[in-house]
Amino acid sequence: MVAFYGESFASRLILGSALYPSPEIFQRSVKTAGAEIVTVSLRREGAREKTGQQFWSLVQALGVRVLPNTAGCRTAKEAIATAMMARELFETPWVKLEVIANDDTLQPDLFGLVDAAGTLSAEGFKVFPYTTEDLSAAEKLLAAGCEVLMPWASPIGSGQGLANPGGLKSLRAYFPGVPLVVDAGLGAPSHAAEAMEMGYDAVLLNTAVAKAADPPQMAAAFAKAVEAGRMGFEAGLMPRRDMAAPSTPVAGTPFFDFSHAR
Amino acid sequence: MNGETRETGARTLQELCSSLGYGEMKVATALNGDFVPAGRRAATPISQADRVEIVAPRQGG
Repeated sequence: MVAFYGESFASRLILGSALYPSPEIFQRSVKTAGAEIVTVSLRREGAREKTGQQFWSLVQALGVRVLPNTAGCRTAKEAIATAMMARELFETPWVKLEVIANDDTLQPDLFGLVDAAGTLSAEGFKVFPYTTEDLSAAEKLLAAGCEVLMPWASPIGSGQGLANPGGLKSLRAYFPGVPLVVDAGLGAPSHAAEAMEMGYDAVLLNTAVAKAADPPQMAAAFAKAVEAGRMGFEAGLMPRRDMAAPSTPVAGTPFFDFSHAR
Repeated sequence: MNGETRETGARTLQELCSSLGYGEMKVATALNGDFVPAGRRAATPISQADRVEIVAPRQGG
């Protein structure tokens, strides 16, 4: 089980709700992923279209916990107002806080992020900050009231996997008691397994599933990878070595000549 | 409103939402960049050049 802000979940795979070929494929993907938490967002709504109302009915039918994001926000002020609108609409204090610094990388603006996280935490929000592996930003986010951190693996939608595994390992080691979620940039189930083997508590992904040829099957594949990675972490990985070490015992090997052993 | 210029006779944010057909819809609002809770729309006057956002749920990652 993994816990976020005191609530426990069996699934360690958080799924995005965007970019699927159809609402039906999205619904099936959530089911095959076994996801209990799904990210959602806000858009300007036309009075005639009512697309938002249809989407909301669909998400409610899934019976999952929603995690609204502040995607597209460029400043702390925009993110704060968006979070407040999301809290009213989705009736949850949870927010995936995004303050975006750059269009090409969609990297977090860490200064705006810390700023907005402090204000929102003081307002009673449970903030899930989309951040980088930067340790000082992580410390400031925790001091601002965040009880979860969500570092990127690589740029959103890039599918590159863990661009800085060393940095992610450091973050994990520095904050052993903080729930950490790798969010963004995962492209293959093996990327999710790698993050989970490091001891990350969960992963959040969207594009890798939604843009697969068969999204529900890819969702199932990620679910297995997340589970395998977690089990591997809990079992304790063997230490890595630079040189070979024979697995078959050497002593007693036929024709073994001790004069060749060093 | 939502990035487009509109003329309206509405005096409050609530009147604006009703006149545009958002009456029963699940939407959230902001005025000039600040969130306005649903319960405060009727007491929130709007005037010339105000910027209004009316948003609804959508897919997100």
